[in-house]
Amino acid sequence: MPSAEPVPTRAVTVSRTGPLAVVTDLGRSGYAHIGVPRSGALDPAALRLANRLVGNPEGHAGLEVLLGGLELCAEVGVTVAVTGAPVPVRWYGRDGTRRAVDSHRAVHLRAGERLELGVLAAGLRCYLACSGGLDVPAELGSRSTDLLSGLGPAKLADGDRLALGTAGALPSDAGPVPVSVPPALVSVPVLLGPRDDWFADPAGALRGSLWTVGSASNRIGLRLSGAALTRVPERDGVELPSEPMLPGAVQVPPSGQPVVFLADGPTTGGYPVVGVIPEAALGALAQARPGDQVRFTPC
Amino acid sequence: MSRAVRLLRFGPSGLLVELPSTAEVAAAYRTLCTARKDGRLTGVTELVPAARTVLVEVAGGGPVPVELIRAMLTDPPAPDAADPDAADQPAELLIPVHYDGADLDLVARTAELSVAEVVKLHSSAEYTVAFCGFAPGFGYLIGLPQTLRQARLDDSRPSVPAGSVAVAGEFSAVYPRSSPGGWRLLGHTDVVMFDPAADPPARLAPGDRVRFEPVR
Repeated sequence: MPSAEPVPTRAVTVSRTGPLAVVTDLGRSGYAHIGVPRSGALDPAALRLANRLVGNPEGHAGLEVLLGGLELCAEVGVTVAVTGAPVPVRWYGRDGTRRAVDSHRAVHLRAGERLELGVLAAGLRCYLACSGGLDVPAELGSRSTDLLSGLGPAKLADGDRLALGTAGALPSDAGPVPVSVPPALVSVPVLLGPRDDWFADPAGALRGSLWTVGSASNRIGLRLSGAALTRVPERDGVELPSEPMLPGAVQVPPSGQPVVFLADGPTTGGYPVVGVIPEAALGALAQARPGDQVRFTPC
Repeated sequence: MSRAVRLLRFGPSGLLVELPSTAEVAAAYRTLCTARKDGRLTGVTELVPAARTVLVEVAGGGPVPVELIRAMLTDPPAPDAADPDAADQPAELLIPVHYDGADLDLVARTAELSVAEVVKLHSSAEYTVAFCGFAPGFGYLIGLPQTLRQARLDDSRPSVPAGSVAVAGEFSAVYPRSSPGGWRLLGHTDVVMFDPAADPPARLAPGDRVRFEPVR
């Protein structure tokens, strides 16, 4: 009886993850009504760019790497690109030779070659795309790890092997795309509402303070501290019935210190939302480090 | 039928519809779902009900068809649209429950009832999923009898087992997976409430009807 030939799988191995590495794509849409967060890349423009550089559709799954430190080993020939926060990248040959390579451009690895990300000097997250994309099982239309809900693959562990999809288009042969260094002071617009009327002078209060990014920030939310927002007297101590939330919502708990909901944030919440940051501006916040500052432009 | 509808901006691509009661939220949610299904509300990525509000989010950063939505929610419904249930019957789920929860005695004492009476009350009421949140597949069920409406525990448990059937405030719920939680636990069910590989992934969606049945 002929035995079934195992289908050879194209794969890469993450020999070292660094502080936190997760599989990510553009997230799951259309399930918020059953409590499923959007999830997906916190800096989607960076993931899209990485995919374009290796010749993938922009929504293919790649890696989101916190602070760098990841090492990838190619089992087969694969084109990779690292984007997001600027990061030193090193290529290691099969014979142990090594050289520095550019981030933000396509790099080809042959079987047995490795790529190592150094430590980020500025910003918080970089993205790594592989030609063909990461072919981990999708859940609810997305391969993203959702750290709040436990959907998608678990966060990566040293030695994880990741299957690759079939590469389609040719990678970009362009030189490195200009890298913007994430600033230590990020300015973002905030559209006031829906609950700006719960707060005294919400525009003035948001504009008037520099907000410092707290160390408890994560993929669920960015915790800020500054001059506390205060409620108008008629809303003082009033409890808000649970409301729907979206990434970008600036929720203000009783402490008056805002929390910006990010991709893995829950779909409902019990504190008033003073304003919402447009999706296009959230990528900059995803690169803000604890201790960095945020300036709001209310509109 | 007139509804006191407030429309509030929720970023460049979102609109929060505020209504006076959970029942009116349910009606508005049905209206918007039907409109989306019929192709009268295009480009909507999320329709999310909560306790007093429904969020409408459109794709690609907006804009939201505010006036269209206002008209849908304030105009008297046409006669054949008056009963959206006729077109779209809500699902009904019967959930078998082992009433063996860690807080069953506490709930009975607080309500000044026997445990048997608590079980009878909880399992004879008819519930509706008002909204979901907290975790995938976690439905906030309304219809809880008055005497079972009790405060959350003073201290949350670090881990509530998956399948726990619980009450807090005006709601009852089933924990779809193990998580921290401060609701009072009445029992547990073996029904899998959320499975991303299933269709639909969540056993409960807003508007669904639910009953609990004691397992003997």
